[in-house]
Amino acid sequence: MKVGLFIPCYVDAIYPEAGIATLELLERLGLEVVYPLNQTCCGQPMANEGDQQHSAAAEQLFVDNFREFEYIIGPAGSCVKHVRHHLDAIPQDPDVLHVRQRTYELVEFLHDILQVESFPWAYFRYKVGLHNSCSSIRGLNIALPSEIMGTPFNKTARLLQMVEGLELVPMDRPDECCGFGGTFCVTDEAVSASMGLDKVHDYVRNDAEFIVSPDMSCLMHQQGIARKAGIRMKFLHVAQVLNGGPF
Amino acid sequence: MGDEKKVDVAANAAAFLEQDEVHEPMHDKNLWAARMHRDAAARAVPEWEELRKIASQIKEHTLTHLPDYLREFENNALKRGAKVYWARDAAEHNQHVWDILQEKNIRAVIKSKSMLQEECGMTAFLEKRGITVTESDLGERIQQLDDQPPSHIVMPAIHKTPEDVAQLFARSIGTDPGNTDPHYLTEAMRNDARKRFLEAGAGMTGANFAIAETGSFVVCTNEGNADIGAAVPPVHIASIGIEKLLPKVSDLGIFIRMLSRSALGTLATQYTSHFSGPRRGGELHIILTDNGRSRRLGMPDFWTSLKCIRCGACMNTCPVYRRSGGLAYGATYSGPIGIILDPTFDESRYSELPYHSSLCGSCTEVCPVKIDISDQILKWRKVMAAKKYLPVSRRLAFGAAGRIFEHPQLFRSAESMASGALRFTPHFLLYNKVLNPWGRHRELPHFAGQTFREWYLQYRAKNNDHGEQHT
Repeated sequence: MKVGLFIPCYVDAIYPEAGIATLELLERLGLEVVYPLNQTCCGQPMANEGDQQHSAAAEQLFVDNFREFEYIIGPAGSCVKHVRHHLDAIPQDPDVLHVRQRTYELVEFLHDILQVESFPWAYFRYKVGLHNSCSSIRGLNIALPSEIMGTPFNKTARLLQMVEGLELVPMDRPDECCGFGGTFCVTDEAVSASMGLDKVHDYVRNDAEFIVSPDMSCLMHQQGIARKAGIRMKFLHVAQVLNGGPF
Repeated sequence: MGDEKKVDVAANAAAFLEQDEVHEPMHDKNLWAARMHRDAAARAVPEWEELRKIASQIKEHTLTHLPDYLREFENNALKRGAKVYWARDAAEHNQHVWDILQEKNIRAVIKSKSMLQEECGMTAFLEKRGITVTESDLGERIQQLDDQPPSHIVMPAIHKTPEDVAQLFARSIGTDPGNTDPHYLTEAMRNDARKRFLEAGAGMTGANFAIAETGSFVVCTNEGNADIGAAVPPVHIASIGIEKLLPKVSDLGIFIRMLSRSALGTLATQYTSHFSGPRRGGELHIILTDNGRSRRLGMPDFWTSLKCIRCGACMNTCPVYRRSGGLAYGATYSGPIGIILDPTFDESRYSELPYHSSLCGSCTEVCPVKIDISDQILKWRKVMAAKKYLPVSRRLAFGAAGRIFEHPQLFRSAESMASGALRFTPHFLLYNKVLNPWGRHRELPHFAGQTFREWYLQYRAKNNDHGEQHT
């Protein structure tokens, strides 16, 4: 199967290792992975601001880059959520609808489409605090939101538990937002930082050594807060753990 | 109203957070506890999600047949001996109240909490005309004595510590400023309120639900204050928003089950009082009030916000509300529901509110009547952006970011310009040279030595040397 690899702009520039792990992991699983070279951004930052006018061009470019693929996979819940649910600044032609329906966040693709049952190459002998992003939980159904009554499920946790040695630690507020929220982290800085610090303290209270997430943007924010507060804590994208690196 | 100053909710929130080490953690903790109680109460109802669906459907049905149900309600209320008034807006609502009070020569009223009366600015209107208005709900009375609006729909004074209340009561009703015991303070308030109940010429309430089939309405409280207010003075005036209608008594059970569980996690409010016509020897006046509701009903993106039953669950779960306090919103309604209601009263004044959300979506999932609150917040942002309510600097920033993302070449040169590590996301996304908003509480992310794209090109070149085929 040939799949298109969607690497969000901030992963390209700041966390290339998360992109590398995603690509290596998908190749290990037997997929042919193509990274369209003209990609920039899915349009989410502008759309999040409500600025349809300025998100349109980025959205069109995204569709042009990925229209040929059966599946488009991105290691970023919030960007995928934007594509799936909110990429509507441009006319909804068949290409746009195809791309919107076929864009998957990495964990849901591994879990739902490939139905991976093991990661024999991976081991990780640490206590891990899992941060499923809000976009992934409530937008992509990666886990049952704590507000909803029903049988709990957590796709990221299920995949991580296949990794030898890895121990997931519980958290006091497992799906509380970390406060990143895209541009919210700058426009509402005080609240955003306060939410992030509370999140970091939750990990500390529960003895997590590594924080793992399918959304690097939430981690970028939390990592910045932990560093500023002098809290030693390590952050990894879920692809790096499932792929056994690069760390 | 449009001339009033814009509410700077982010600055207000920062002020609440930064005032001391006490208020925000307490606020967050108390409201999170309410959310946890709500979860436990919902979990104990196996058909909870089914109830949410039915409640939402009943509300949507009622709202899409509202004129019929309002007429039915009016007819049945009249048959039971109530007087019914219609108010198109706050001014008409207040005028009706004033007319009723004047006719009876009433100088003092005791009122039970009503968000609609807050919306109408009724208390200030009456006080200007020499009427003494006393809030009978404890939290609301605290707010009244402190000259503040409620900060939460259900828990109006939840942002105050017991110490705050002790200080306030010492100033206003003469209690011991050093005594912060809630029992002592509540008792003091009760003694102060009792004579006000006896002196009042009218009791005012809102309504949680109004039943078309019977012309009756229901008021839910935990203190019984609405009941005394409606039972002791000879005149009862009820302000009812037109969206409060339910078709039948049999619909009520669903909402009574959900309201208190969603609000505080209790099985029901302590008092769920049904008012069907005036009590013997008394008078009942019902003011059916629109105040922007029919206009909201005509807004395709926002009309379902009228389903709201004012439980406050979205506020308790909202991580932003919990940290900013309700007064930061500078509006009658705060929290996620406020963000989607307030701009329908004044778009310009409340244009920053939709940005006071991380869009985490918890409000949508917790809402007992399934209002898509989070999506409506995003839709309001589109309105604010399209109507150019945002500061020019932000509009320019997103224009610039949009142009960069439109052109891969520009994007890559922006990336390499940022390789000094400092100017990239999120400043880069905002095209913001001022690093302060990110850097005050966060270290900046390090820019990688090599982008993923650069790595990929090398990786493919290397693999191709080994004879592999790649596009």
